[in-house]
Amino acid sequence: MQSFMRSDPFGQRNTFIWLDNFIALFTDPLYLKSIGTTLVFSTCVAAVSISIGLFIATMANRALKAKALIRTMLIWPYAVAPAISGILWLFLLHPSYGVVAIAIKRWLGIDWNPVLDGNDALFMVVMASAWKEISYNFVFFIAGMQAIPGSLIEAAAMDGASPFRRFWKITLPLLSPTLFFLTVMNIIYSFFETFGVIHMMTQGGPGGATNILVYKVYQDGFIGLDLGSSAAQSIVLMSLIIVITVFQFKYVERKVQYAG
Amino acid sequence: MVEKTPILDTLTYIFLLIGIVVVGFPIIYSIIAATLPIEEVSQVPMPLIPGDQFWVNIQAAWEKGNLGTNLVNSFIMAAGITFGKIVVSMLGAFSIVYFDYRFRIVAFVTVFCTLMLPVEVRILPTYEMAANLFGPLQPVWDLLHLDGLASWFAGHEIEVALEWSLLDSYPGLILPLVASATCTFLFRQFFLTIPEELCEAAKMDGASPMVFFRKILLPLSKTNIAALIVIEFVYGWNQYLWPLLITTNPKMLTAVIGLQNLIPAADDLPYWNEALAGTLIVMLPPVLVVLFMQRWFVKGLVDPEK
Repeated sequence: MQSFMRSDPFGQRNTFIWLDNFIALFTDPLYLKSIGTTLVFSTCVAAVSISIGLFIATMANRALKAKALIRTMLIWPYAVAPAISGILWLFLLHPSYGVVAIAIKRWLGIDWNPVLDGNDALFMVVMASAWKEISYNFVFFIAGMQAIPGSLIEAAAMDGASPFRRFWKITLPLLSPTLFFLTVMNIIYSFFETFGVIHMMTQGGPGGATNILVYKVYQDGFIGLDLGSSAAQSIVLMSLIIVITVFQFKYVERKVQYAG
Repeated sequence: MVEKTPILDTLTYIFLLIGIVVVGFPIIYSIIAATLPIEEVSQVPMPLIPGDQFWVNIQAAWEKGNLGTNLVNSFIMAAGITFGKIVVSMLGAFSIVYFDYRFRIVAFVTVFCTLMLPVEVRILPTYEMAANLFGPLQPVWDLLHLDGLASWFAGHEIEVALEWSLLDSYPGLILPLVASATCTFLFRQFFLTIPEELCEAAKMDGASPMVFFRKILLPLSKTNIAALIVIEFVYGWNQYLWPLLITTNPKMLTAVIGLQNLIPAADDLPYWNEALAGTLIVMLPPVLVVLFMQRWFVKGLVDPEK
């Protein structure tokens, strides 16, 4: 309801203005920019965390010794709050104290400053968000790989397929449902749960470079007190997540039929 | 493995080691940082040998960040969310699976549509709701002119504003996060796998639905509950946006939010050692839960998606 109204900042009057909030939203360059930022951000997070998670899981699946230990060592970051992951990386990438920041400056010769440079800041939040998701992806990939019958791999090995070829031709295609599921989950994660990371690290700055959609809802609604616009943004996000959910369920059903 | 590939095997372990180090690096580094006095932390680059200031920093962080109270708050919130979620979703799934009433499918779909929305998306309406639980009833109240009735009854003019705020309270922290479609769905799937004969046998023996629930379903769902406890505890502990919105009183802050006070601002002395010591304390409980209940955790995470 709120999205159709315009409220004054003190909440005294509500005026019904139909779709004006939505029209204002989609003609607002800042909002469009925020959509772009969100897309770049979530693509990067998903790509980084899935590829690293897959890589480590492949390796861990090959390992014969100390399996439990390796798994334990890789699982725990799941329990770290996004906000806490934000603090850790904020320190690591701090322009004057962070050790990773120093390495970047020295070895890559990049003038690293996430406080001033938008791209650096975006890189920083991507790192912090992706790091936490690696272990989540890892758990799923490991489970997926263990479900692949060993006889398949052995048969391929008999036919002379090298380990790399086996990975590309057998493991990866059989993992594709997991891969797809994780892509959806990672995108949802980077859309919504990374609020803590952003809030701790950059607060949407510098100059809106890390202002993703969820953060903008919060900022406009609770700091800018433009309740109407914030509600309209919520509606946009809601429809988005409903679409994702429906999409996912369609897919899950198909998978069940396929298995049966 | 299928064939002998010594080089590849070595490479595997090397890569694994690198992977573990990369994943663990932020934490190792902050543990080291948390043991150093401030002069050394602000050195560039920071020394990688642990210092002896660990307890001093922990203490400083504990006091500065008011961690004692905050941890208790976090704990109550996480435990409340976990408990509430499991109870609500079990009962919900129980009703959906075992009772044949009208609109059952409708109820299920509604539960689904509304609850797939994470709290981040519905902050505004949820906030308004929590700020005044009777808010939605106010128009009804006005419409029925109950004011007039009440004043007639009381004999003088009174204005009744229905208000019951959940801001800055434990129920406010917990309730909006309790509803969970994922848990309901998981329990529904699980209940569907329980043979119907069991239910019929219980009926024959004269068990009421609630007895059936308590004596048969509850013990059967033990593993599922254990798995969910781990996941939901971590979820509850790590909540950020909602506690941030709803708490203004420093006594009600949760630990994760409280940490923000420890991060050095641009002009402060860079007390990163204390900030990181505090961070370590706050992340410890969920990490411990995950590590010690790893088996349940993996099961709970992976199973619902199958």
